[in-house]
Amino acid sequence: MGNGAGGEHVTVAIVGSGPGGLSAAGRAAQSGVSHILLEKTDHASDTIFKYQKGKLVMSAPDVLPLRSDMSFALGIREDILGTWDRQIEDLGVNIRYNAEVTGIERREDGFHLALNDGSAVSAEKVILAIGLQGNLRQLQVPGAEQANHVQYQLDDPDEYEAETIVVVGAGDAAIENVVALAKQNDAIIVNRKDEFARVKDGNRSLILDAIDKGVLSCMYSAETLRLDPGSITVETPDGEVTVKCDRVIARLGAIAPRKFVESCGIEFPSADRTSLPEVSATYESNVPGLYIIGALAGYPLIKQAMNQGYEVIEFILGNDIKPADEPLLEERFAVLGDVPVERVFDMILSNVPIFSDLPHLVVREMMLEATIHRPAPGATIFERDDYSNSFYAIVEGEVAIEVEPGNIARNVTLAQGDFFGEIGLIAGRRRTATVKAGAGCTLLEVPRRTMIKMVSSFDEVRRRFDLAAIARQISTHIAPGISAEDLAEVVKSASVRTFKRGELLFEEGGEANAVHLIRRGSVMVSRRIGGKETVLSYVPVGHYVGEMALLSDAPRTASVRAAVATETVRIENQAFSRLLDRAPDLRAQIEAQYRERLVQNERMEQAGGAGNLIQFLVEQGLGEATDVLLIDESLCTRCDNCETACAETHGGVSRLNREAGPTFANVHVPTSCRHCEHPHCMADCPPDAIHRAPNGEVFIDDSCIGCGNCERNCPYGVIQMAAMPPPGPGLLSWLLFGFGAGPGGNSAAKGEGAKLAVKCDMCKDIAGGAACVRACPTGAAIRVHPEEFMSIAKLAERRV
Amino acid sequence: MANGQGGAMHESILIYRRFRYLKLALFGIAVAAVAYGFHSPLGEPNGGTWLGYTLGGVSAFLILWLMWFGIRKRRYGPGKVRLESWLSAHVYLGLALIIVATLHTGFQLGYNVHSLAYVLMMLVILSGAFGVYAYIRYPRAMTANRRGDSLREMMLQIADLDRQCRDMAMNLADEINKAVFEAGRSTRIGGGILRQLSGSDPACASAAALEKVQGLAAAAGGEDAARCRRLVALLSRKCELLRRARKDVQLQTLMQFWLYLHVPLSFALLAALSAHVFAVFYYW
Repeated sequence: MGNGAGGEHVTVAIVGSGPGGLSAAGRAAQSGVSHILLEKTDHASDTIFKYQKGKLVMSAPDVLPLRSDMSFALGIREDILGTWDRQIEDLGVNIRYNAEVTGIERREDGFHLALNDGSAVSAEKVILAIGLQGNLRQLQVPGAEQANHVQYQLDDPDEYEAETIVVVGAGDAAIENVVALAKQNDAIIVNRKDEFARVKDGNRSLILDAIDKGVLSCMYSAETLRLDPGSITVETPDGEVTVKCDRVIARLGAIAPRKFVESCGIEFPSADRTSLPEVSATYESNVPGLYIIGALAGYPLIKQAMNQGYEVIEFILGNDIKPADEPLLEERFAVLGDVPVERVFDMILSNVPIFSDLPHLVVREMMLEATIHRPAPGATIFERDDYSNSFYAIVEGEVAIEVEPGNIARNVTLAQGDFFGEIGLIAGRRRTATVKAGAGCTLLEVPRRTMIKMVSSFDEVRRRFDLAAIARQISTHIAPGISAEDLAEVVKSASVRTFKRGELLFEEGGEANAVHLIRRGSVMVSRRIGGKETVLSYVPVGHYVGEMALLSDAPRTASVRAAVATETVRIENQAFSRLLDRAPDLRAQIEAQYRERLVQNERMEQAGGAGNLIQFLVEQGLGEATDVLLIDESLCTRCDNCETACAETHGGVSRLNREAGPTFANVHVPTSCRHCEHPHCMADCPPDAIHRAPNGEVFIDDSCIGCGNCERNCPYGVIQMAAMPPPGPGLLSWLLFGFGAGPGGNSAAKGEGAKLAVKCDMCKDIAGGAACVRACPTGAAIRVHPEEFMSIAKLAERRV
Repeated sequence: MANGQGGAMHESILIYRRFRYLKLALFGIAVAAVAYGFHSPLGEPNGGTWLGYTLGGVSAFLILWLMWFGIRKRRYGPGKVRLESWLSAHVYLGLALIIVATLHTGFQLGYNVHSLAYVLMMLVILSGAFGVYAYIRYPRAMTANRRGDSLREMMLQIADLDRQCRDMAMNLADEINKAVFEAGRSTRIGGGILRQLSGSDPACASAAALEKVQGLAAAAGGEDAARCRRLVALLSRKCELLRRARKDVQLQTLMQFWLYLHVPLSFALLAALSAHVFAVFYYW
């Protein structure tokens, strides 16, 4: 038919051979649809081709099943590209390389695609799968176009040696490049901002660590001004700086090739540079017959793009297929009986206000991680003092919260649309109450990580979440037993405040205008004594500070400082005073506590050493620990039986280093996991392999892929990457016959296989508990909850 | 506390659980002593009476149980009982053996295999008693001596000072240069067991170098005098670090060496005890 010069006619023309385009072409080939896959370079999938050599390609989101005729899983760049090249041949994909599409025109008989070599292709349908990476943002400064020492990509950092290289940008790609380059070059990173925001946590610690160690240097708040041969000039807060360099690598991200896309007749919803075209549920654009998939349609992940490639061919063929995650959701919803997935969504959106304003796709993604429960009436959802920290919403029915153990009269009932579990989620601490199911109860359980993501990305979710949380935190921690009406004024005056580590909540001598309830983190109370700041006490989550000055109507008698990143509920004075006027019991109770604190502060002032010990322990990060190994060096005989015990019970690799770590007043903090309230290691784990067990143990499960993010993210250096050594001989065969290296002796043996992250799991699967503590012959090693250890009574016992 | 691992504070083996095993040991001793006092055998008290056999049996069982500690210490599997509990019992029940086994002898000692077992047992207990003393006395001293540095860190500092000394000595008189070089080459930390236990080295090459430089510095003038002063400061710091490092080795050795007596003597005791028991029953 072809109406262009030498034109080939197909049913579907696919532009771009990235993951989306390849998957579409594979599906077309498999379904026998006449097709052509047009690729502008001489190889498939150019974006991944241009990844750094050996780069680990992630396969997020993990829960989403892959639906494609091409295969894809987490792996190394080279393996993935090799597999795809093979599958292109095996499936019989009709791919044309070096074919850049210069224009797409819709005519009466279909689409006309003009190619750069002057030839043309005609097609009934066109799938645009060009992504964004083909259109990298370039430096828009004088000299950039002429400069031949500037590049916008980096294939192999090992190619360069002994050069001075300036990397412009502060995203993940820029960080990965500059750190890799710094190994054998003089590397400098130019960051427009004064910090590295909006990057993966692992990359942030990677770059900050490298800057700290002087491996590379960073110019903050630096704007590129111009490029000259052999140099780059940037504007810094200290003025203009010209850096002589061999190479400039600018990693500025990618934007839609708007001119080209618009020339095809596709409209953009806004003039914003980052705006993307809108598509229908079947991925069709405003031009009928022209489909868009992948990053250009707003789905930047490889797996999403591949699924869309498959689905778009099915849609073109007229098959109304369900999304790939449908079977998974059906399985998740099975507990509800035979209710269609869409109905469940409607039910959640209409019954649970906190989620009702969210986009459908977001809820869908959340539901892949969430669980629906139908507990029998009276069944326990979670127990007080459990360490679980997922979030629950009530879709139907009601639950009973046992605020006071054994006192049913004080039970609180929550009904449809309410939620619970947020106190534990915020605090990273034990549950403050037991929750039991009522009649006809349907619950939605959202895991910690997912819920944190929702709260931080959607303002409306955060607003509703905080509103309920503040009321409950006040009622739980300050005024149990006070009715909601009496608390209403206090709750209304309250707001959430965040403090960085070391930041002051208020200062000694300042005006007392508010009480702070600590809902996350912990604080240190100190007073200036003889010109020196002396720590008086450590106050953990769930307690409040600032009520002393308020009761005595005097200026602040002490300073309070955040021991770690801390969130407080700030309650204004007047509201609090009026509450105390209304609730004499509460006033009496707070007065009693006030007097108790006066006595304690006096004791601490006399025994200055205990305050110093608190300060030391907080500096070691105990402020965010839930369970920590402390060694009393006046009892420790340095026999290292603790390390041996750890290695022997954990496949030959000890997760603790006894000798490392500082000591103060004979209290030694060895390098060993503290099981943080908000574990840094969990923050950026691609397979979500790090969990918290009900007793609080933070552990890594078998799905670890050995990426090392957790090792980098841990501020205390307690995670190591290790391969397990082969098992040693039995004790008696070593003892009696001298076989093998003896207990703990194997740790030097080199393990085989991949290195995986290992850390202390507090021996959660071993009866009797922590092996290090059980194996200490002299009682020098103990595991403690920091708030217990740092309590004044306990410290007084120590007589430091 | 989670996992039922006791309170939130450290507790030494001697006061463990309010002297639980001290009380047990004292009770055992009291029972044995009272029985011995009321027992009036035919002839002199000895191991051959019913009480003698009983006390002997108890003592032999205790010895075997005390030796089992070596195995128990290396068993890291699951279990509720902490090793500290075992050690506390090991110490007090081991000490109780002094009385119980002595009552078993009926105060009859001679030059025979029976008394050999008794003497060996006393030596084992004596060495163990030193161990208890060492465990109480030295850990604190070790922390104080280290001042936050590990032995490895001290070594690194010493190596660094050594390099600085050599650089400094390079421009000074040959005699000084030689002494400093010698100090770097033949200064030793540790050595044989006696050297380790002494915690010092009377023939320390660094101390000798310091003395030499002090002596020769008087003759130096001008820039050399300033260099000598700096060298003296560096060498003094090195000697101070060496002193601390040797002290660290000494304390570590004090906490360990007694085990090299305690354990072999225990096995010797086991052999003598077997001979004693065999002899008693063979010549019934």
